[in-house]
Amino acid sequence: MDAMLKKKLETTACKVRMGIIEGVHAAKSGHPGGSLSIADTLTYLYFARMNVYPDKPEEPSRDRFVLSKGHTAPALYSTLAQRGFFSPDELKSLRHIGAMLQGHPCIEIPGVDMSSGSLGQGISAACGMALAGKISNDTYHVYTVLGDGEIEEGQVWEAAMFAAHYKLDNLTAIVDNNGLQIDGKIEDVMSPYPIVDKFKAFGWHVIEMDAHDFDAIEAAFNEADKIVGQPVVIVQKSVKGKGVSFMENNVSWHGAAPNDEQYETAMNELKAALAALEA
Amino acid sequence: MADVKKIATRESYGNALAELGDKYENLYVLDADLAAATKTGIFKKKFPDRFFDCGIAEANMMGVAAGMAAAGKIPFASTFAMFAAGRAFEIVRNSIGYPHLNVKIGATHAGISVGEDGATHQCNEDIALMRTIPGMTVINPADDVEARAAVEAAIQHNGPVYLRFGRLAAPVFNDPAAYKFELGKGIKLREGKDISIIATGLMVSEALAAAEMLAAQGVDAEIINIHTIKPIDADLIAETAAKTGRVLTVEEHSVIGGLGSAVCDVLAERQPTKVTKIGVNDEYGHSGPAVDLLKQYGLCADNIVKTALSIVKG
Repeated sequence: MDAMLKKKLETTACKVRMGIIEGVHAAKSGHPGGSLSIADTLTYLYFARMNVYPDKPEEPSRDRFVLSKGHTAPALYSTLAQRGFFSPDELKSLRHIGAMLQGHPCIEIPGVDMSSGSLGQGISAACGMALAGKISNDTYHVYTVLGDGEIEEGQVWEAAMFAAHYKLDNLTAIVDNNGLQIDGKIEDVMSPYPIVDKFKAFGWHVIEMDAHDFDAIEAAFNEADKIVGQPVVIVQKSVKGKGVSFMENNVSWHGAAPNDEQYETAMNELKAALAALEA
Repeated sequence: MADVKKIATRESYGNALAELGDKYENLYVLDADLAAATKTGIFKKKFPDRFFDCGIAEANMMGVAAGMAAAGKIPFASTFAMFAAGRAFEIVRNSIGYPHLNVKIGATHAGISVGEDGATHQCNEDIALMRTIPGMTVINPADDVEARAAVEAAIQHNGPVYLRFGRLAAPVFNDPAAYKFELGKGIKLREGKDISIIATGLMVSEALAAAEMLAAQGVDAEIINIHTIKPIDADLIAETAAKTGRVLTVEEHSVIGGLGSAVCDVLAERQPTKVTKIGVNDEYGHSGPAVDLLKQYGLCADNIVKTALSIVKG
């Protein structure tokens, strides 16, 4: 990847992470762990890949994004705010009564292409968008991010069959393999492994990716571009809570907000990381 | 009604889709391996490129329909009522209802008139389930003429619509030349002064037959057809209740949460009136020929007459 672009993406991802912490802290609830694990991927998608139009969020030719793991809405909202769909100030009222930013993605929010949050449903909607694009010979691409715990939902595999059957090569799914779900390690709760083999068996082209290395991310998506006649899934190895030391790989940060002290610590870490990037 | 033409409303549904496919180029049809039974196969034959089988996976089908609608298409998602409203309820609620997407759900084989397949496939709960979803329009047409018109009205309405169709051939009583479908408007089929019989779907023709039998016994029944259960025609219901003071609802659906409940909701607020409900009581169906089942469960003109007489003379 171009060095300047890489630096820009790393800087933006750091700001996205700060927005996540800001939002979850202001909400006093929410899901920081799985939001932080997808921050780099969302930054790459919205700043280096997808055709989106913050001034015209519903432009028909836009690429679509469905956050199937909808509980990590803070990551999507923070990315959309950084991209200019709405003010980052909105994050301060995340989950508040009367606020725009709902606990899970809502289609009425500028830049949100589909309401989601009940796990397993977003990938089906993404399939529908991709099918609609195929029908009309539209050139847009559809991206959807799923959790590794989420793929325990049976509907995901109905959708996986559908996407392969209809050869939806305009669909790219990303499975965020951070290894943890609310009740513990995914292999202890209900193992979805082997994830790669399962998707291969369902007729998908599978790419494995390091979720926190923009060179690897770019390479994975570039490979996905070349695949014709079948859907692509990128299984990204990620760190839950990535970027905030005390949240990393700690399942207790799946669905808990930092208190004021933890918020300060987290923000100071991210500010230091940002300063280092901008130095 | 022996010489009256009979057509199952699922057949009307399939025919209407095929007919309207020319007029509405943005119309697409999804099914879950039941195209021969839901009659979407008629559309598939005419428009093979606009028909997508989703296999036996109703949850995904509803989500796919949501995504297609989000991308500007008008998808009809079809399967049996049991699976559309039952199995896929939460997907309909969260992926179609909550984002208020323009998906039309064509649910066939509703009610106990499914017949021999028995209780697992006889959905008597779908109206109740679907009408709790904010913004969902719920339509239960009574005959071929009304069912075809309802399909076009659903296309013209921007928002999610649940259409309920039956398996059993139903008498065609509406005159296609004179019939006009208005979403959310009930139809007064017969003026009367002694009792208001408010019916929906397959039970409307039974109510009409009952009215003739009641007339022979000196009881003048007003017959109201409620094809749109949500939004319901509250004005017409309040007006007929005020006029006759006696209300009997008839539906091929559970007495819990269906037409009868919706009518009670209206009257409790607008025109307190005693309401008697004929429907499937708090029980499951079972196997048997549809017509025999309908009789056994009291979903027939004879029972409407008996019940109406007891109300009027009671």
